[in-house]
Amino acid sequence: MPPFLCLLLDASPSKLISLSTVDLVIIAIYFVVVLMIGYYLKGQAETGEDFFLAGREMTAWIAGLSFLSANLGSLELMGWAAAAYQYGLLAAHWYWIGAIPAMLFLGIVMMPFYYISKTHSVPGYLKLRFGESSRALAAISFAFMTVLMSGINMYSMALVMKVVLGWDINFSIWVSSLTVAIYVALGGLRSAIFNEVLQFVLIWLGALLIPILGLIEAGGWGKLQQQIATNLGRSDYTHLWTTLGSFSDNPMGIHWTGIILGLGFVISFGYWTTDFLVVQRVLAAKDLRSAKMAPIIGAGFKMMVPFIVILPGLLALAVLPVKLTGEGAAVASGGHSYNEVLPLMLARYCGPGLLGLGITALIAGFMSGMAGNVSAFATVWTYDLYRAFVRKDASDAHYVNMGRWCTVVGVLVSIGTAYLVMQFQSIMDYVQALFSFFIAPLFGTVILGMLWKRATPAGGFWGLLAGTGSSIAMWAWVKLDPSALSIIALSPHARDMAENMYRALWSWIVCVVVTVAVSYMTKPLSDNQLTGLVYGCTDIPSEGDLALYQRPIFWAGLIAVVFVIINIIFW
Amino acid sequence: MAKKQQISIWFFIGGLLTVYGVLILGASLYDYNSLGTRVVLSELHIGVWWGALLVILGAVYSYMFAPWRHSK
Repeated sequence: MPPFLCLLLDASPSKLISLSTVDLVIIAIYFVVVLMIGYYLKGQAETGEDFFLAGREMTAWIAGLSFLSANLGSLELMGWAAAAYQYGLLAAHWYWIGAIPAMLFLGIVMMPFYYISKTHSVPGYLKLRFGESSRALAAISFAFMTVLMSGINMYSMALVMKVVLGWDINFSIWVSSLTVAIYVALGGLRSAIFNEVLQFVLIWLGALLIPILGLIEAGGWGKLQQQIATNLGRSDYTHLWTTLGSFSDNPMGIHWTGIILGLGFVISFGYWTTDFLVVQRVLAAKDLRSAKMAPIIGAGFKMMVPFIVILPGLLALAVLPVKLTGEGAAVASGGHSYNEVLPLMLARYCGPGLLGLGITALIAGFMSGMAGNVSAFATVWTYDLYRAFVRKDASDAHYVNMGRWCTVVGVLVSIGTAYLVMQFQSIMDYVQALFSFFIAPLFGTVILGMLWKRATPAGGFWGLLAGTGSSIAMWAWVKLDPSALSIIALSPHARDMAENMYRALWSWIVCVVVTVAVSYMTKPLSDNQLTGLVYGCTDIPSEGDLALYQRPIFWAGLIAVVFVIINIIFW
Repeated sequence: MAKKQQISIWFFIGGLLTVYGVLILGASLYDYNSLGTRVVLSELHIGVWWGALLVILGAVYSYMFAPWRHSK
């Protein structure tokens, strides 16, 4: 066996899954193919438009699958499977009401402004609409947080690989992240998008067997519900809405107002419509219709993701002979934690070969998320910070070079963050909280900018700053005085999850109120200055000449109907 | 400058699925014959079916998006 495989396999004596030679071959082939795609696309990333926006040549399907795949990180897969084991079907809210309405809104309402304005990024749109100061605030916070989050994901993934497969943590971090750095630096966004589509297919094919075999073993959905109720002694784990009437009636400690207003409106719309990590994929679409269809296609697939993520968590409640616990209790007792639920289910049903495919799906998930982070970081750094504030008039080739180096530096900073988190694990909580500070207010700023032409540059900047500041203040308040949670979440029974929802809601309201107030106190821009940026000042091409089935609004309506039906079925 | 014809990503995916299908099918048949790994529901021989499905899917995609079918 080659020395690197010895290092890989013998690093930890205790592991959940043992891989065979064919499993390792499957994983190795995956690495070879993603690098091959990056190398093949190297010659097609020579201009800024090619490198940062994939030449704006992507079809609706490619952009849509990539849009979803950039979000389908391995932590997303394993984390929400764990949440389903812990909280039951309530976790599916993050895939349905916490995503679908926002994705459809992005496609139908917001995409025309992003696309027609020809912006290369979300901070770039803020520059066009509100000026340099808003762009700088959004770009700095995004760039900083993106690489830090990427490092945290990297560390968490390596930790899971160590626990599940016994892989050396350094090996996992360096091999997977350098592979991402190479293929993104070589082929730019086109390479990231192509690999994300490949990764999307692998994630589905690798994870799909768990729910299929799990349902066969459990005897179908009805029997699964009965078994969970018998095992837990309660029947509220398989319902979406019936337990949300009171904070104390469900395992999450949350109320339906928090789910609808905090998650379904503010957090979801903030993430899916303004986080450049996902929006960048749609900006690469070849025309406006494709750009509008991409999030709608993504929404269609997003609606199905609970089948491979939430259902395995629920199945584990019914069929696993062991009881999973929190990380601390698992370490103390030598048992398994919630986070291991997906690998445990994989090991339960998959033999040689299939196990390799399943692990490849997890690695693919990690790499698609990381590629999303570094390609978005490279664009925002190069265009919104370096070109805006450091070197305004360099050649296109210079900026492409900067983008390539930025990709490598972004990965190295992420690796540094991963090692920092390894030493000081509390950093993880702080950085995740920091990231959440910006999402909700940014949505307030962007949506007012697009739909309300009276919003002024000063209003946009101060609203964004005040919203972010209020979010930080609320977070610090709860840290210093935990009883403040009952004030922010409006109930003494509220738990951590509710805090995030309500903090997002209040910070969005602060942002909107301040933006409106300051805008009325300052001079508005003329209609000419807002052409192509705001509703009422922008000519949006008519789709009247298209057949009904070719119109984005038709497909958005269809998905909205399915979304409502699913919520009623699992009510 | 005209850009060169780009190979579709679906061709790469088709090729990868074909290779994976062959490996999984082979490993599962070997395992089946040698009564090797025992997993839950192993009597369904899901590896054989899944491997065969990947081979078919991969072959169809490789053929449909083969670069020689789309070049002039």
